[in-house]
Amino acid sequence: MVPLSWYLALSAVLFTIGVVGVVIQRNIIVLFMCIELMLNAVNLTLVSFSRYLGDVTGQLFVFIVMAVAAAEAAVGLAIIISLFRNRETLNVDEADLLKL
Amino acid sequence: MSSILESIDFYFILESLIKIAIVFVIGLLSPVGMNWVERRTLALIQNRLGPNRVGPFGLLQSIADGIKFVFKEDIIPLAANRWLYTLAPIVMVIPAFMVTIVYPFGPEIDLPFIGPTKMYVTNFNVGLLYVLAMTSLGVYGIILAGWGSNSKYSLLGGLRSSAQVISYELSLSLALVGAMLQSGSLDLVKIVENQSGWGGMQWHIFMFQPLGFIIYLISAIAETNRVPFDLPEAETELVGGFHTEYSSSLKFAMLFMAEYVNMLTVAVLATVVFLGGWNGPFVKDFPVLGLLYFFIKISFFMFLYIWLRGTLPRFRYDQLMNFGWKVLLPLALINIVISAVIGLIVY
Amino acid sequence: MEQIAIDIPRLLFLAFAGIAVVAAFNLILQRNPIYSALSLIVTLCVMAALFLLLNAPFIAVIQIVVYAGAIMVLFVFVIMLLNIREEESKIDRQKYLKWLAAPMFLALLAQVFAVIRYVDTTPPSIPSANAPGGNPAESLGTVESIANAMFTTYVLPFEATSVLILMAIVGSMLLAKRDSKQDIERIETALDAEQAEQEQAHLAAEKSNKEVAA
Repeated sequence: MVPLSWYLALSAVLFTIGVVGVVIQRNIIVLFMCIELMLNAVNLTLVSFSRYLGDVTGQLFVFIVMAVAAAEAAVGLAIIISLFRNRETLNVDEADLLKL
Repeated sequence: MSSILESIDFYFILESLIKIAIVFVIGLLSPVGMNWVERRTLALIQNRLGPNRVGPFGLLQSIADGIKFVFKEDIIPLAANRWLYTLAPIVMVIPAFMVTIVYPFGPEIDLPFIGPTKMYVTNFNVGLLYVLAMTSLGVYGIILAGWGSNSKYSLLGGLRSSAQVISYELSLSLALVGAMLQSGSLDLVKIVENQSGWGGMQWHIFMFQPLGFIIYLISAIAETNRVPFDLPEAETELVGGFHTEYSSSLKFAMLFMAEYVNMLTVAVLATVVFLGGWNGPFVKDFPVLGLLYFFIKISFFMFLYIWLRGTLPRFRYDQLMNFGWKVLLPLALINIVISAVIGLIVY
Repeated sequence: MEQIAIDIPRLLFLAFAGIAVVAAFNLILQRNPIYSALSLIVTLCVMAALFLLLNAPFIAVIQIVVYAGAIMVLFVFVIMLLNIREEESKIDRQKYLKWLAAPMFLALLAQVFAVIRYVDTTPPSIPSANAPGGNPAESLGTVESIANAMFTTYVLPFEATSVLILMAIVGSMLLAKRDSKQDIERIETALDAEQAEQEQAHLAAEKSNKEVAA
């Protein structure tokens, strides 16, 4: 059987890759995707702990995280579309005026 | 290493592999047969002959087409994105075939020499959701084909198709929820077994899900991009939709096959969830009849597709979107409420 | 160091983990957003496989339906709609961030692994049949067990999520909607200009016709 620590390690690696992606990428859509990756890494931790402790709560949290991620993606992409309409750019460095 | 060998159940793996091979061959051959039936029936509806030269009654026509697909030159347009252009058919065909492993063809049958065998490859607790998940992955193939081809017809076709599939997927899954509530399970086999009352005729379509069935039927036709919802590949305005740039090579054959297997999948889902799967009169005494009933029910759906194609004109795009969001979706939600209330009263 | 036993679940885990990490790296290193999106989809699907390995079929399937089937389709759709091709290479104003990234990556990783080593000293491996809490391990990830928890103990968070999604629907509609009045004006002016052009062309054609006739 696979030890818990292996899952935790994988989840840590994926989370860190997500963080690094947020730092080095400037495209707002890719930034969003990195955040989704981080959420997923956390989901993996939750599910593996849920299995380890024999408690269903962790999986329920994953369900709620997914719902939140869906809501976040809908609103975030709407913001991206309106940003692109007004600025014609997806570079986060150029969208720093706090107004459209 | 020996611990690995000991932990493997070879008999189980062999059985699964044989079943997978059979299901895969069924998946591979069904487009061939369905294509022939479709062309002949359509010709009958339109008062012409259809393919009748290759083999008796033109039976070998589809095989000849298949051979042509293999031998034609594989052209990748210069402007296309080579990666995405090649990836799209693969992405489309793999989920289509992955669904076939949960088709419940029949009940447990006592085969000669082998003993009782289940007529499906596998079955899990969330089978229905698995089918929905795999069909929802097929959208990527459409999007990538439309975008990767780098042609305006493909792009428009891809955009239209993905928007249509996403919108109709909602009402499709919501239409299934009523039946899920009634059978109290997402397990395809349990759903079928739940409909075995009344001498094998207690189907969900009779037991309070007629509205759900109609909603499912309409959204399934839209989901598979068939007439009257075939806007994504409307020949008269978009040339060929998302597969315009795929010359008739193996890549086109893969797209084509994925479409037909998807049609088969929605037909199987309709049969399993609403029409009682393998259930029918006398199945309890002669389980082999179950396979026959299953085949007849699916054939009925396939005929329905062709019938509609020969009869109905095409929708306009705004009509399609309005119909999906403003008619089908509210109806599906009402159906869920009705099923829940009926479930509280009856069960 | 004791011998690490290799069995089928471990091999599967290693394979999936490898794919996930490679795809995640590809996600952050690509310049073209569509390739990033595709590699994220690969990561998500592999993640679903890992959930299956953890005996959580419901979460695995929901992962594919929600993440791969809905959220990522939305991403790809937006990329296609805005027609974003290769990222144009502009002068990066925060270039130092890239040099910060590698050490930060290593530091974070080291910290997390230090914590994990501590976890590893408590031996029980994952699918423990008689886990505390009395839940038999097989039924843990099924629809029934999750539904039981969702509609009894955790009803309030569940309802809060539904309210959140409702707000997200309203918010995204409000954000993505164009100002229709402005839009109509824009279209009308464009149409007027086109009409004027056509009239001029028509006049010119008539004029030339007359000249020819004359």
